[in-house]
Amino acid sequence: MIRFEPRLAPSRVMVYGAPILAVCFTLVAGAMLFSALGYDPLNSLYLFFIQPISDSYGLTELFLKATPLTLCAVGLAVGFRGNVWNIGAEGQLTMGAIVSGAIAVTWYDSTSMFLLPIMIIAGVLGGMAWAAIPAFLKTRFHANEILTSLMLTYVATLFLGYLVNGPLRNPEGFNFPESRMFGDAALLPLLFDESRLHIGALITLFVVLLGWFIMSRTLIGFQVKVVGLTPLAANYAGFNPKKVIWMSLMLGGGLAGLAGMFEVAGPIGQLQPVISPGYGFTAIIVAFLGRLHPIGILLAGTLVALSYLGGETVQMELSLPLAVTGVFQGMLLFFLLACDVLINYRVVLGFKRKAA
Amino acid sequence: MIGFEVETIIAILLGVARGATPLVFAAIGELITEKAGVLNLGVEGMMLVGAVGGFIAVVATGSPTVGFIAAMLAGALLSALFAVLVLFLHTNQVASGLALTIFGVGVSAFFGLKYIGTPIKGLQAIDIPGLSDIPIVGPLLFGHDIMVYAAFVLVAVTAWFLNKSRWGMILRAVGESHHAAHAIGYPVVLIRFCAILFGGAMCGLAGAYISLIYTPMWAENMTAGRGWIALALVVFATWKPGRALIGAYLFGGVTILQLNVQSLGLDVSGHLMNMLPYIATILVLVLISRDETKIRLNAPACLGKPFRADG
Repeated sequence: MIRFEPRLAPSRVMVYGAPILAVCFTLVAGAMLFSALGYDPLNSLYLFFIQPISDSYGLTELFLKATPLTLCAVGLAVGFRGNVWNIGAEGQLTMGAIVSGAIAVTWYDSTSMFLLPIMIIAGVLGGMAWAAIPAFLKTRFHANEILTSLMLTYVATLFLGYLVNGPLRNPEGFNFPESRMFGDAALLPLLFDESRLHIGALITLFVVLLGWFIMSRTLIGFQVKVVGLTPLAANYAGFNPKKVIWMSLMLGGGLAGLAGMFEVAGPIGQLQPVISPGYGFTAIIVAFLGRLHPIGILLAGTLVALSYLGGETVQMELSLPLAVTGVFQGMLLFFLLACDVLINYRVVLGFKRKAA
Repeated sequence: MIGFEVETIIAILLGVARGATPLVFAAIGELITEKAGVLNLGVEGMMLVGAVGGFIAVVATGSPTVGFIAAMLAGALLSALFAVLVLFLHTNQVASGLALTIFGVGVSAFFGLKYIGTPIKGLQAIDIPGLSDIPIVGPLLFGHDIMVYAAFVLVAVTAWFLNKSRWGMILRAVGESHHAAHAIGYPVVLIRFCAILFGGAMCGLAGAYISLIYTPMWAENMTAGRGWIALALVVFATWKPGRALIGAYLFGGVTILQLNVQSLGLDVSGHLMNMLPYIATILVLVLISRDETKIRLNAPACLGKPFRADG
């Protein structure tokens, strides 16, 4: 007989132990999945988790994919702490890519050193503008931000499809649904030769530190946490919940927009119908796995980025569908949520003792 | 000429019913779950799993009936995972529902890969000789596939269940005040478990309608956000089955409008037209949510709150 008994105080150990436990469970379940499909489980796990990062190019690819995940998740985590459920980071990322990409395509022959900074600002503003819609609808009309931000993701993706099939299509591109390739001045400088890792990764590290500072050292960060934990106390203290909603969505949208700009001005180099393999959605997992803490999110983002590389490796080596990435990500979040029960409860074997 | 126009209008109206039916199933399933006090955001994931499960079953057996049953089982199975998490491990319902969708998208794509491009025979409309030959009224009343009628029956039964039956009252009591229901002696967790499973089964059915009838094929992410639209419909309907039906048909209309605009000769980009259902969802949400008291009075009071018997 297994029971859960409430702890007197939340376990500090399990706050950090639960993600590690969840990763272990995911590995075991993954091994079971691989062997159920008829593959050698240990070899498959090796292919999924070790082989992709066994050389320096693999490592740079890992950080390349961790960049958008971490950026989006840092922004989302602020909202999740304040009970603002922005799940439309994918759409905000797409908007950031569209706005910055439109600038790059319009001035494709520019060699100005101001082009990149302008694109960065445009990307952030594009993401913010897209997140401002759910913020406005939530604060003005009480419309549920989960549904509005998600609906806007579909709208943003369709808008991108419209642009690359119409106004922004490459006039010399044989009618392929793609924009022009960006000029050199619109591409982010690379950190290493022979890699795709760009300067955005360093900016992301800076954002992580900034996110940590805002959440732990500023009044607005404190207000977000109080509104999320105890709305009544926040109300009593006179904190404005609308301010928290706006702040969360602006931060989440801005960082997602920045991530979108990094994608088009980094590894992609043009506007395409699809610019993100679901980074905005996966960032939700990253935010929880990282305990909604910017430093934790950095670690979690790197780990989850591995699931993209691993998915590609097993697709090539074992000809498994790329969707195995999504299966692993979903399992990871399930196990994490389940393991979180151990923060507030402990497992007790045996029958309930009579109260003394 | 006039005969041709009437035929077009009839075809459009039949299309509306096909667009609306999956939304009816998913919205009613979620409505029951929410009436029991549980918010399951995994509708999209459960629909996709139902879509792929039903499709695989039809490819294997050739029987649509088996397909729909398999889809319901698949949806219910996935929702059971959610039920265990939120009911026994007291996880956050919003996060768990999102996890369910992410997992469902991945699992359905994983198992469906082999079936992309596999043709199946769509379910035919039930033609009642004589009745469906009546001009105009015949095809409109008797020219649908059986699931369209099943959706109406489901709405009627659900309305009766919630408002008139003893167990419906108990289900609502659990959703309004789980501590009071527990104190009277009702098995709160068991009732919620059943409500979640029912929701999962209905979402599975909705998914199968899309992969077996609406567009008889399997494609990754083929539900295209309909699960989220169904979630919005529940709010729009202020948790009333009849209004969910009306809402679903309104959205079915929007979907079909989008498909037919080009055939009417209007030169609008397909990408822009495809935005319509999503923008309509946002507008509808804004209109209904504007009146905060209306939502508060109609939403189950314990919606989204975890329940523990001892605390």
